[in-house]
Amino acid sequence: MKARFTITALVALLILCAGYAALFIAPDEATMHAIQRIFYFHVASWNAMFCAFFVAFYASVAYLVTGKRKWDALGVSGVEVGVLCCTIGLITGPLWARPVWGIWWTWDAKLTSTFILWLLFIAYLLLRGLVEDPEKKASLSAVFAIFASLDIPLVYLANRLWRTQHPQPVIAGGQGSGLDPTMSKVLLLCLLAVFCVMILVLIDRYRLELLRHDCAELKFEIESRGLDASEGAATPALQKGGQ
Amino acid sequence: MTTAKAAAIILAKELRLEFRTRELLTATVIFALVVVVLFSFAFDPTAAESRRYGPGLLWIAILFAGSLMLNPSFAREQNNETLDALRMAPISSFAILLGKILANFIFMSLAELVLVPVFAVLYNLSLAGIVWRLILVLVLGTLGLTVTGTVFSAVSAHARMRELLLPLLLLPLLTPLLIAAVESTASLFAESPALDRTWFAFLAGFDIVFLTASWLLCDHLLAE
Repeated sequence: MKARFTITALVALLILCAGYAALFIAPDEATMHAIQRIFYFHVASWNAMFCAFFVAFYASVAYLVTGKRKWDALGVSGVEVGVLCCTIGLITGPLWARPVWGIWWTWDAKLTSTFILWLLFIAYLLLRGLVEDPEKKASLSAVFAIFASLDIPLVYLANRLWRTQHPQPVIAGGQGSGLDPTMSKVLLLCLLAVFCVMILVLIDRYRLELLRHDCAELKFEIESRGLDASEGAATPALQKGGQ
Repeated sequence: MTTAKAAAIILAKELRLEFRTRELLTATVIFALVVVVLFSFAFDPTAAESRRYGPGLLWIAILFAGSLMLNPSFAREQNNETLDALRMAPISSFAILLGKILANFIFMSLAELVLVPVFAVLYNLSLAGIVWRLILVLVLGTLGLTVTGTVFSAVSAHARMRELLLPLLLLPLLTPLLIAAVESTASLFAESPALDRTWFAFLAGFDIVFLTASWLLCDHLLAE
């Protein structure tokens, strides 16, 4: 417990440092000025998203191969954290694009693919909410996660092919080449900080899922023994007397 | 029993079931026609406009109709828990899935057989000279739709609100198929029709990827 508290405090400190570095230490960008600073967290959240979805994909395959509950718990945690990072990326992107490109959104290959990715994994979470049986929930959502992961490269490829046939009007180009050395250091710090936050949230969500599962099993056991959970909790003395 | 033979028996059962009432087919065709008619209000369907928007419209109608039609494929088995009976049969689970995919493919193709000529008439598009190539594109597109759709119908059959869930699972996944199918069809409806090979290959690739994935995952999909 104490170790976990220390780690959480360290990660909190790290993300604060990253925020400070992105806002005050990184040099001002020549043409975009202050708005460019959103880039440090925007890129970092995409990076974390890819890691989280990769964890989800790996866990889904592992669940189908081994059938162990822990992989299912890791799978749903990966998707939830990935969707969170994806949402952050989808919000910070347009905030940057509006002043720089002059538009909130463009149907560029990367943007479109990410939006589809987000929709697919939202559908995954919906599916989990709508299936009652825990065994079925685990195996069906793992199958869906694998199908969705296979689809993502195809979505990207299709959009790439499509857009090259229809030239883009906007797209000024990314930051890619020639990043200032201070900028790249700040970016590395931000990448690390957001990644650590993602891992921390992922681990906590994973533990929560395991606890939820234990809780559901205990409830089921109470029901199967013919005891009412709420009654038992409210009047423990009476229950003891009855037995 | 070989997988092919078992799949053929499942296919025959699905066809017999459907052709007793034909209600699924009728509903699918009517729904696709409703979509096509509704789209005519979105733009002025002159010959030039139709060439621009027609292929997209046609495939949106097919995808929407498919996402509704595929739902009963496994949901129907829930009513009398006949899926358990199928699972108990000494056949591979891929045979069950394959039989249903083929049945859905035939239903969708029959619906398109009515839809496409009516669509061509309503939107001033000429099918002369491109019929066979158009059929090839329709076959590959429909195959991709029915493979993923049948798998997801097995997924959504166990969920609440399954009628709403299936399109939500299926339609985002089908975006690459939609782009490829629309671009292939557009290359045929162009003033000088020539089938776009890149997109046609992409469609075939989509089918292969998801058919293989269904084959690998069908045991988990249908497991009790």
